[in-house]
Amino acid sequence: MQVSDRFNINSQLEHLQAKYVGTGHSDVNRFEWAVNIQRDSYASYVGHYPLLAYFAIAENESIGRERYNFMQKMLLPCGLPPEKEDD
Amino acid sequence: MEADRSTVDNEIKTSVDERRNTESVAPLSSVTFDSDLYEDNRFEGYVRSIPVNEDEGEADGDAALLFRRRMSSYTGPKSLIDIPRADGEDDSGFKKPSRIIDREDEYRRRRLDRIISPARNDPFTSGETTPDASVRTYADVMREQALQRQKEELLKAVAKKHEEEKSNKTVGAAAAAEAPVAAASQKRRNRWDQSQDSDSGSATKKTKSSSDWDAPDSTPGIGRWDATPTPARVGDATPSISRRNRWDETPTPGRLADSDATPAAATPGATPAGMTWDATPKLGVLATPTPKRQRSRWDETPLSMGSATPIPGVGTPAAAFTPGITPIGGVDLATPTPGAINLRGPMTPEQYNLLKWERDIEERNRPLTDEELDAMFPHEGYKILEPPSSYVPIRTPARKLLATPTPLGTPLYSIPEENRGQQFDVPKEAPGGLPFMKPEDYQYFGALLNDEEEEQLSPEEQKERKIMKLLLKVKNGTPPQRKTALRQLTDKAREFGAGPLFNKILPLLMQPTLEDQERHLLVKVIDRVLYKLDELVRPFVHKILVVIEPLLIDEDYYARVEGREIISNLSKAAGLATMIAAMRPDIDNIDEYVRNTTARAFSVVASALGIPALLPFLKAVCQSKKSWQARHTGIKIVQQIAILMGCAVLPHLRSLVEIIEHGLSDENQKVRTITALSLAALAEAAAPYGIESFDSVLKPLWKGIRSHRGKVLAAFLKAIGFIIPLMDALYASYYTKEVMVILIREFQSPDEEMKKIVLKVVKQCVSTEGVEADYIRNDILPEFFRNFWVRRMALDRRNYKQLVDTTVEIANKVGVADIVGRIVEDLKDESEPYRRMVMETIEKVVSNLGASDIDARLEELLIDGILYAFQEQTSDDANVMLNGFGAVVNALGQRVKPYLPQICGTIKWRLNNKSAKVRQQAADLISRIAVVMKQCHEEQLMGHLGVVLYEYLGEEYPEVLGSILGALKAIVNVIGMTKMTPPIKDLLPRLTPILKNRHEKVQENCIDLVGRIADRGAEFVPAREWMRICFELLEMLKAHKKGIRRATVNTFGYIAKAIGPQDVLATLLNNLKVQERQNRVCTTVAIAIVAETCSPFTVLPALMNEYRVPELNVQNGVLKSLSFLFEYIGEMGKDYIYAVTPLLEDALMDRDLVHRQTAASAVKHLALGVAGLGCEDALIHLLNYVWPNIFETSPHVINAVMEAIEGLRVALGPAVILNYCLQGLFHPARKVREVYWKIYNSLYIGAQDALVAFYPMLNDEGNNIYSRPEMMMFL
Repeated sequence: MQVSDRFNINSQLEHLQAKYVGTGHSDVNRFEWAVNIQRDSYASYVGHYPLLAYFAIAENESIGRERYNFMQKMLLPCGLPPEKEDD
Repeated sequence: MEADRSTVDNEIKTSVDERRNTESVAPLSSVTFDSDLYEDNRFEGYVRSIPVNEDEGEADGDAALLFRRRMSSYTGPKSLIDIPRADGEDDSGFKKPSRIIDREDEYRRRRLDRIISPARNDPFTSGETTPDASVRTYADVMREQALQRQKEELLKAVAKKHEEEKSNKTVGAAAAAEAPVAAASQKRRNRWDQSQDSDSGSATKKTKSSSDWDAPDSTPGIGRWDATPTPARVGDATPSISRRNRWDETPTPGRLADSDATPAAATPGATPAGMTWDATPKLGVLATPTPKRQRSRWDETPLSMGSATPIPGVGTPAAAFTPGITPIGGVDLATPTPGAINLRGPMTPEQYNLLKWERDIEERNRPLTDEELDAMFPHEGYKILEPPSSYVPIRTPARKLLATPTPLGTPLYSIPEENRGQQFDVPKEAPGGLPFMKPEDYQYFGALLNDEEEEQLSPEEQKERKIMKLLLKVKNGTPPQRKTALRQLTDKAREFGAGPLFNKILPLLMQPTLEDQERHLLVKVIDRVLYKLDELVRPFVHKILVVIEPLLIDEDYYARVEGREIISNLSKAAGLATMIAAMRPDIDNIDEYVRNTTARAFSVVASALGIPALLPFLKAVCQSKKSWQARHTGIKIVQQIAILMGCAVLPHLRSLVEIIEHGLSDENQKVRTITALSLAALAEAAAPYGIESFDSVLKPLWKGIRSHRGKVLAAFLKAIGFIIPLMDALYASYYTKEVMVILIREFQSPDEEMKKIVLKVVKQCVSTEGVEADYIRNDILPEFFRNFWVRRMALDRRNYKQLVDTTVEIANKVGVADIVGRIVEDLKDESEPYRRMVMETIEKVVSNLGASDIDARLEELLIDGILYAFQEQTSDDANVMLNGFGAVVNALGQRVKPYLPQICGTIKWRLNNKSAKVRQQAADLISRIAVVMKQCHEEQLMGHLGVVLYEYLGEEYPEVLGSILGALKAIVNVIGMTKMTPPIKDLLPRLTPILKNRHEKVQENCIDLVGRIADRGAEFVPAREWMRICFELLEMLKAHKKGIRRATVNTFGYIAKAIGPQDVLATLLNNLKVQERQNRVCTTVAIAIVAETCSPFTVLPALMNEYRVPELNVQNGVLKSLSFLFEYIGEMGKDYIYAVTPLLEDALMDRDLVHRQTAASAVKHLALGVAGLGCEDALIHLLNYVWPNIFETSPHVINAVMEAIEGLRVALGPAVILNYCLQGLFHPARKVREVYWKIYNSLYIGAQDALVAFYPMLNDEGNNIYSRPEMMMFL
């Protein structure tokens, strides 16, 4: 840990990560970041009712169905993680 | 004469007997215990326990009280004393390191008597396998404990027998002695009577011949000599029984030490001191005739330990004749036996150390028991032989010691083996950058000084070395050393292993010369290590407890907290089963100290692991049939749990009460007492709930208060006192009336503890809802005042407080008039402490309840009394009188008007007094009553007082001057600027020079007064005067006290408002050039405040112009002012943002870090101020200048930069910052990525939801869907 980190919020990175799942670090890859983005997005859609209503109209689905779909998609929003390249 | 002769006879006979006894071989049967080895009452005369009553246990209050009590002897303004002084900022310098042992009392010092027991078996790791014989198991420990108890009981029985024997004789002797004193004529007849009457005089002779020291074949138990009914003692029967008892009780050789304390040694045999000879002859007789021993002993009064103590080794003639520690015997000879040390009264830590060390050794060298031998040897092929019949074990300590080959065996000089590496007496330069070693550390860290090669050591030893080095660094090192060492210890804890670590750490904690700071550090080490070792600590739990438990009763609050934390962590690491197994044997330890600390430790375990987990165990312990100590401790644990956990006991209240309730009818008095106290603690913790849980104990408590007396009764009363407030009004009233009879009876008790408890209980009962005022007035008050409102109560601080509290509580029920009417006369009492107590009570009562109850007559008496008490006070603690006066006058309000002239007369007269204290009090009183004077429309009088005070502004004593200024301020506040006499224009010039005064109180009051005038009446004073004051004020910015600096800075604002900002600003800007940082900071704050009060546009041009001065401090000062300015003016900043942007641009590009840092913080405040006000263009421009600074590493700079970015996020929205961020999140260089992710994280935390709309579009990759089609939907 750097000296400069001692005073700010990053001083407790582990704690931070635990509290805010979406925070990242220098070794985050594209997939992990995208998963966080997707989950945040779905959470946001579900959380904002007008947005949900908008999607419902656009997709011609009930609002409840939309909500359910979004929740389901949050499980594996980007599919399975890609194979690790070992290097 | 006759008595003398018989003394001598007796003496001779004694020595003859003794010689005969020691010369003959002692047959086993008659050998009594070696009381100098097994002597048991080392703690005789010590307090056996911390008082159980009152706030026992809750040491928090105790410590505070102690502190206060100690502080009361200090003189100084109370306002200063109440400041918590522990904070490191104390500019008086560093706190002197204090040794823990120096502030401990005897009881607490007993921690050093405990032995760090060997590690124990951990049944969890060993599983099914039978533990190795060398490991101590729970069973072993319990067995030892039982043995210890048996021994103790046996010794007690023996001692008791002696006691009885003796008291029989003493009674007889006393009877004989009384007679001659009574009348001469009777005397002779009495003699005759004696011979006829087998009961008295002759009985002595009879018992004498029958006592077993007379028996030819018996070795005299040392105590027997005391029993000798010497005629001398008959003649000298005057000493009080209690004193005699102390001498006679369980005789020990160690008692000898007391002999030099008794001056009446002129006729040795005739004084009780003579008895102490008993110990000497026994050993000395081996070589010398008794009389000689005696003489030498008394002649060489300043004997040092060596010979004054009956060290067994003294048996060698050479040693016996060399008083003091001679080089012959070497260090070992100086080692006194434990008992001997303990009785010598205060001892040095070194002695403690020796003692502890010796006990430790003793423990390890204890003879092997049969079981242990069985375990060691194979069962087959060996046979246990009978000892030969002629074998007699050596039981006499002297011979035992002689038989052992010890270094002191030869009194001759032997050439010591040389080890050039070891020079323990010379503080040697510690190798390898190790910190300085204190002399007492050599014992522990000495090995580090040996120059032996590291490579030659075994891995184990190397590890040990390493631990020692780290510990030494933690203990004595500089903060950085300490830090790294602590980290290493923590990181490698498991690698080092629990055993080696604790074996090094724990003895250090037992070091008698330990200082607070060192202990804190070592405890910290334990805490960290515990965390890492986790279940590996199990075998060491008891060891750790031995060391940590004493912290629980330390007088220092933080030490107690630390102790609790460690024990709590320990119990979490080791688990309940291990904790119970470790502490169970201590529960019925014979030593009260051990039991006390164990109970406290158990309560911590309960709070760490939850009460329910401990309940079954507690239940079993509290019902222990084996010993009352176990029950006592079990119940005490419940008490401690209640104290420690407070209302958290509520869910388990019923079970806790059930567990202990049978203790109320226990056969042992101590158990009954502690049970009642525990119930009191539980009720106190549960208040105001949980009465139903106490239903079952009400009856026994009730019966108890009728049948018990003394200490037990006090405890029972306390329990009832705490239970009554939980009851419904109806019951409470009933029970109060019932208990009151007994309370009133106990009002007269002379016992201090009882008094305190009675007061407390009365307070509790009276404050309960159902108790009627009439009842209190008629039934309680007369007795209460008669017994408690006496002078003596004012002398003890705790009584005083309790009495005041109780009386105030009563007043809350019965009203002001009753109480004040009863005590008002006492304001004129001749005892000052008593007057003070009365005053304090009146103050509290009146400020609680007002003065409307007080009729005209009482009012007169009251004012009269108060004036008298105020004038007569002599003590330093003036606040009580002042507060009392203030409270009463304020409560009476307009009714004081008739008395005001008299009061003011008194004040005026006292303002002129010779004593500074009196003057100060008078001035203080003015500030208390100024408001009331205004209410009474006595403005003229106030004006007059103002003039008088004005005349006293030349006061020399700063304390008094401060008070005078305070009084003036009070008057000015009340009557306003226009009506003030002397007029403001005269007053202020007089204050200007006083601003130079460096005394804090003067400064504070003066700046307050000046600030008040600048605020309200600036127009009365010419501008030039204000400028002069401005210059003085700059000096005030150096003040240590923050309040003064704040008042000063505000005053700048007022003055600038009054005379316009230009001149003030010029002064302030000039002040930016000074060197001192605090001064500059305050100046920048003042500039910002001026800008705020006089609108920024009046200040900004000059300020920005000042930035052109090519001087670092000035530029930084300007930037800082800007930062403060934008913070203060908030959204007003939108009008100035375009004006300052070029300046900030320049600053953010400056080479100097501080420029960029300060500019960044200015940007932050600016951005936060103008958020949402349409200044985005300027802000983005600024962001472009801020952004390159994100790679700074200096902590303050990077912090400021990050905060600026946060501020800009708020003003610009997260999208902008995210876009800046995206370029670096996946940068090839890790260093870059790290910084960008840091920014991203704080951005994310700040605007998680808002970011959803702005995330970049990612393309799908193979099976992975990264796109967000929902974002593309469009209606």
